[in-house]
Amino acid sequence: MTPRIELRTSPHVVKGASVETIMFNVVLALLPIAAFSVWQYGLSALASLITVVLACIGSERLFNKLSGQHNTLSDWSATITGLLLALSLPPAFPLWMGVVAGFAAIALGKALFGGIGFNVMNPALVGRAFVQAAFPVAITTWIPAFSPQRFSEFAPTTFTTPLMQPPDISVWAKQALDGFTGATPLARWKFENVLATPMDFISGSVTASAGETSAILILLCGAYLAVRKFMDWRIPVAILGSAALTAQVFQMIDPARYPDPLFVLLSGGIMLGAVFMASDMATSPVTPKGVWIYGALIGVLTVMIRYFGGLTEGVMYAILIGNALAPLIDQVTQPKVFGQVKGKKA
Amino acid sequence: MSFLSIFHRNTFARGVHPDAHKSTAGSPIRRMPFASRMILPLAQHIGKPAVPLVRAGEEVVRGQPIAKADGFLSVPIHAPADGVIEAIELKASARGPWVESIVLRVYEASIQQVGWANPIDLATATSHDIIQAIQDSGMVGLGGATFPSHAKLTVPAEHKIHTLIVNGCECEPYLTCDHRLMLEYPDDLMVGTRLAMRAIGAERAIIGVEDNKLDAVEAIRKCLPADGSITVRAVPTKYPQGAEKMLIKSLLNVEVPPGKLPMHVGVVVNNVGTLAQLGQLLPAGEGLTERVVTVTGPGIRKPGDYWVPIGTPMRTVLEWAGAANSDEREIVLGGPMMGQAVASLDVPVTKGVSGILVFDKLQLEGPRRVWPCIKCGECVKVCPMGLNPSMLGMLAAQREYEEMGSSFHLGDCFECGCCTYVCPSHIPLVQQFRVAKGILRGKST
Repeated sequence: MTPRIELRTSPHVVKGASVETIMFNVVLALLPIAAFSVWQYGLSALASLITVVLACIGSERLFNKLSGQHNTLSDWSATITGLLLALSLPPAFPLWMGVVAGFAAIALGKALFGGIGFNVMNPALVGRAFVQAAFPVAITTWIPAFSPQRFSEFAPTTFTTPLMQPPDISVWAKQALDGFTGATPLARWKFENVLATPMDFISGSVTASAGETSAILILLCGAYLAVRKFMDWRIPVAILGSAALTAQVFQMIDPARYPDPLFVLLSGGIMLGAVFMASDMATSPVTPKGVWIYGALIGVLTVMIRYFGGLTEGVMYAILIGNALAPLIDQVTQPKVFGQVKGKKA
Repeated sequence: MSFLSIFHRNTFARGVHPDAHKSTAGSPIRRMPFASRMILPLAQHIGKPAVPLVRAGEEVVRGQPIAKADGFLSVPIHAPADGVIEAIELKASARGPWVESIVLRVYEASIQQVGWANPIDLATATSHDIIQAIQDSGMVGLGGATFPSHAKLTVPAEHKIHTLIVNGCECEPYLTCDHRLMLEYPDDLMVGTRLAMRAIGAERAIIGVEDNKLDAVEAIRKCLPADGSITVRAVPTKYPQGAEKMLIKSLLNVEVPPGKLPMHVGVVVNNVGTLAQLGQLLPAGEGLTERVVTVTGPGIRKPGDYWVPIGTPMRTVLEWAGAANSDEREIVLGGPMMGQAVASLDVPVTKGVSGILVFDKLQLEGPRRVWPCIKCGECVKVCPMGLNPSMLGMLAAQREYEEMGSSFHLGDCFECGCCTYVCPSHIPLVQQFRVAKGILRGKST
């Protein structure tokens, strides 16, 4: 019998990395951060994580069906969106609002553009921006970290009835942990001029979104991805570098008013945003030069929004603006073609 | 890597590092016997097909020309063995279409002795004489390009060639035929290199060899002439180091401008296999009747480098080299990065076949899912020509072929395959570019 002969086009060998492996490794890298968040905030954070991830996966499947696409859950990108979104929300964010956020992230951030690879902005950030506009109170309602009862009771806001306002938790929070003020370090700096120390950040005892407190853990997980080449290390380096530089310049101008670069890097969501959100492949530039410009732009914008904007935190909008500009950055930073003389079009 | 490449000035930017799989490098070249029937396509080279000199029923001896060159950009074909011409008819070719071929039935008594030669006096030969002799030998670029060698060595008067670069990189995985030639025939290589230098009027020659073949560098160094006109240099092992423009950049730090040939920067590049063969054939006045082919791959039981008579059907080669009994396999002519998969075992070994790779069932995974481009930028980081394959691929999907050619330098792509090799979405970028180029060519004519 003649053997069956396969006909393929060259190259006949491939490197072996696939979209699935890249995305799965991003999920792996996010898990320690999620675990730390649960350990910090307890049952509420766990419920929020599970709910938001399931909402994203469900929405993705729904839009697969509606658009007649193949099942795209196996690419893990919906899971990543869910994890990132949950980690960027307050730990005791009402679950029904989490579902809204997850649905908005997939629907407005991804499915509308045609699914994976075609989205212009990071879906998780689109979802977060949506709920920030829709539920301004809930998204700035924080709960204390390491409260003694965190594994025995949920925060009162977690099980808010759908379509209802969450209850006020300031009394509950004060009971849960003495001296809890309910403000993030950035807000305290901006409105009360109180600076958190680096030690506060490293121990994770500051008030923040679910996955934003563990700067060292985020860096370690990011380093894993960078070493395995599943992430472009230039993006976080450019963002953190330009943010630190901008902060340094401002501090030199007025040391009393502006905090030191370390505070800027450790506070808020810049670490999570730089390492996991801005580095999203589909929404960042393709060209090596473009990546540096994109990162630097996000870093500067983050600091500018924090210092001069109405909001206390600017990472989200900075990255969204960077995402929107990425195609443009790509266009002006096309690589130099081999043999082409600089500045001369062949 | 890109950060480190700042410090590596003696190589080109970007590129990839596929697994080498060069297990056949350690054993000497063996000779393959004659097949009972040989198939010699009239078009084994770039340019006009050769014109048959024989008719069905005619007896030929090994080495006798059986087809002559049709004009300048064409080369003759020589009988690979003693035998009788059976027919001149259409036969399957590696690229797919059936092409006019001479079918030779080989006498069982056929021996290795070459029965035909037309030597010239090389000591007094002019550049023109050498070029004519090279055309008469039927030599083409044996690295796979199959561009007639005499045409490549014919330099228009307006270009002054200062350097002949001899390409011994063999950057494709699996292939070791050039490596073995450099080890076993360094003297022939010197003869061929000197002849090529005389043909183009170059004062010096540089033999570039990837640094995974330092034994070949050593073997060549022992044969270098005392006058220092020929040198050998190791270049970093990186695919596609063996591409003409890349090697020129690595050795001379000169970039050939887009759309231009190496001669525009005063360089001519020839493959080591081509020059080693020329060094054998020209002094004897013989024609090209055999070449070294690497027969290897997971589906081959006796892998190695073989002297294979040109015209030997693939089936015979695979039987001789012990193709594993697998009911599903892929057969690639050339290297795995740029080679051509063949659909039929009746396709013969032609002048441009540097390797025959057989991948068996285990290596053939199921059809891999193609995802949309996630814009990871890997392809941009590896494209040796500095193109943006990601953008080109998206344009190809939208059939914006004109845009690909005019704004994104499609014409500079030489289909090395680096982009497709790294693409995590498994997009067949190179194939899309081939289609786009074909459509653009169709439009322009």
